[in-house]
Amino acid sequence: MDTDLSSQDRKDLDKFIKFFALKTVQVIVQARLGEKICTRSSSSPTGSDWFNLAIKDIPEVTHEAKKALAGQLPAVGRSMCVEISLKTSEGDSMELEIWCLEMNEKCDKEIKVSYTVYNRLSLLLKSLLAITRVTPAYRLSRKQGHEYVILYRIYFGEVQLSGLGEGFQTVRVGTVGTPVGTITLSCAYRINLAFMSTRQFERTPPIMGIIIDHFVDRPYPSSSPMHPCNYRAGEDNGAVYPSVEDSQEVCTTSFSTSPPSQLSSSRLSYQPAALGVGSADMGYPVLFAGGLNAAHPHQLLGPGKEGGVPPVPSQPAHGTQADQERMCTPLDGVHYSAATPSSSEDTETVSNSSEGKSGSPHDLLETIFIRKVGAFVNKPINQVNPPDSPETESPLQGSLHSEGSSGSSTGNTHDDFVMIDFKPAFSKDDILPMDLGTFYREFQNPPQLSSLSIDIGAQSMAEDLDSLPEKLAVHEKNVKEFDAFVETLQ
Amino acid sequence: MNCRAEVLEVSVEGRQVEEAMLAVLHTVLLHRSTGKFHYKKEGTYSIGTVGTQDVDCDFIDFAYVRVSSEELDRALRKAVGEFKDALRSSGSDGMGQISLEFYQKKKSRWPFSDECIPWELWTIKVNVVNLANEQERQICREKVGEKLCEKIINIVEVMNRHEYLPKMPTQSEVDNVFDTSLKDVQPYLYKISYQITDSLGTSVTTTMRRLIKDTLAL
Repeated sequence: MDTDLSSQDRKDLDKFIKFFALKTVQVIVQARLGEKICTRSSSSPTGSDWFNLAIKDIPEVTHEAKKALAGQLPAVGRSMCVEISLKTSEGDSMELEIWCLEMNEKCDKEIKVSYTVYNRLSLLLKSLLAITRVTPAYRLSRKQGHEYVILYRIYFGEVQLSGLGEGFQTVRVGTVGTPVGTITLSCAYRINLAFMSTRQFERTPPIMGIIIDHFVDRPYPSSSPMHPCNYRAGEDNGAVYPSVEDSQEVCTTSFSTSPPSQLSSSRLSYQPAALGVGSADMGYPVLFAGGLNAAHPHQLLGPGKEGGVPPVPSQPAHGTQADQERMCTPLDGVHYSAATPSSSEDTETVSNSSEGKSGSPHDLLETIFIRKVGAFVNKPINQVNPPDSPETESPLQGSLHSEGSSGSSTGNTHDDFVMIDFKPAFSKDDILPMDLGTFYREFQNPPQLSSLSIDIGAQSMAEDLDSLPEKLAVHEKNVKEFDAFVETLQ
Repeated sequence: MNCRAEVLEVSVEGRQVEEAMLAVLHTVLLHRSTGKFHYKKEGTYSIGTVGTQDVDCDFIDFAYVRVSSEELDRALRKAVGEFKDALRSSGSDGMGQISLEFYQKKKSRWPFSDECIPWELWTIKVNVVNLANEQERQICREKVGEKLCEKIINIVEVMNRHEYLPKMPTQSEVDNVFDTSLKDVQPYLYKISYQITDSLGTSVTTTMRRLIKDTLAL
């Protein structure tokens, strides 16, 4: 299969697929941050905007994506998946979407890698930008906050759709044929959000043992932990991720075109392997300059190559910064993915809990269960950040059913719920507490106004009629005053 | 060459017309815009970067992504505004359609003028409904939002069929394929037109054409 593809084309294609996968993850996660995204157009090309689209790279997300890929690329049977799920302040979670980047065996041998495939991947990214705003999870993510947060998880391998519930729907974002297979990007999303509608608005305390847990043991436990789709700028998470600059390969794209009259001549402007130009097809071979050598990401191809190489500037070291400067939304105060470390350094998040406990993930989840009867616990957002524990441990399920864990505020393992005096709004102290429903019903049927009742109305009418002659006499006396007043109005 | 034609239909309330049209037009133009071309010597060119931004609708439970270009946004708003005004002043039925056509220019010899050859045509048929109360309006907000989600999925599906696109032009021909007047992005050459349907179900232009023909036949 590869014999028809030149080695340079193969290298280029692998690079395109790799960066397409990374950009796909960025677009999906950024679309679930809960904020409006805004990037600026630039008439001059920069060295860091792959696929000619301004998509910012959040370093943590890139790190997670690269970790999941582990040097591999999506291939047949090996898909890259981004799972978006929701987690409530009570600790319940639910998978909302699975975005899959897959490859199948259908090859398009005739397609030009460095031109057509690249442009189609760019188009597919634009489609992804559009589609990420129309699935139900987008609106949920825009409203995330105290009651729930949106999490993401990246994994590589077989697609796992079982967590989406019954009747999930699939939308295909698009496909791009390549000489080694067809890239397909799609999204499977949950439509049964009944869990949300019943649990979100219930004001009754959860009943132990009957909590509907959507977090079930995964049939294919993956080692990738969940990450929240929000981030407090300035929060010290105890981990520094290599910024994307360190490993970012330059994307300096220069395209070549030839006038239609030269179509008949063959191999227009063919450059040697390093420049990755395909043979003339429509007469528009493409040449890339710079940064396509995987071994030396920042090395610009020297002028020793055949003529026609434009000196395209590349700013590998400034790519990310340039992106950040171009962001319309300032980083401060914007929620981005948390830099929650991947292994055991979850003490930062746990230490933010009100109980001040640090330690195991179980502690944090136990504290989330302590809630006041009749109202949601209004916890600050960083308390809801899930601990980073390996998926195999199934921490949520463990904490839901564990009884021996030490996590309550009083330290007493039996007091999972703290009863407090119930003083809802509108209640009166001297009589039995009134709930909101009773108050509403009572005030929906107020007594009628006395002046509107017929008897009293009739009585006052009779009185008015009797006093009418006296009033008229008084007014006649003051006729001159009235006339003077009317004249002032004219 | 056959022109690819797609038709979308929406039923909206009067105040939703503008946002619904902009959502569809911007989504199409997002896919049909590239960065600015910079031609260099020896027939090579580089492409600028297209930025994007989220837009929340005020009268529809919907959000969409558009190209970050104020000039492009202004041009679309102007066209949609004219369409909305025409719909409003047309009469009680409130039916019309707005079309976004992508075309290529073909230079002709004198004395013939340049030919405009369309290669893709998007038509959005609009039916304006009148609602009686706030509850109906709230339902309409949600329903129109869901419908627009379906339309976006339809648009994306068409875009990813990878059917005909004009060849990338040389520097001398770039203005025959792309609109190079914007300073930050470069959409394919496009034009927007609209028709208002009168209460008889025929479009105004059709009626005018018939009148003229009848007059000439005398």
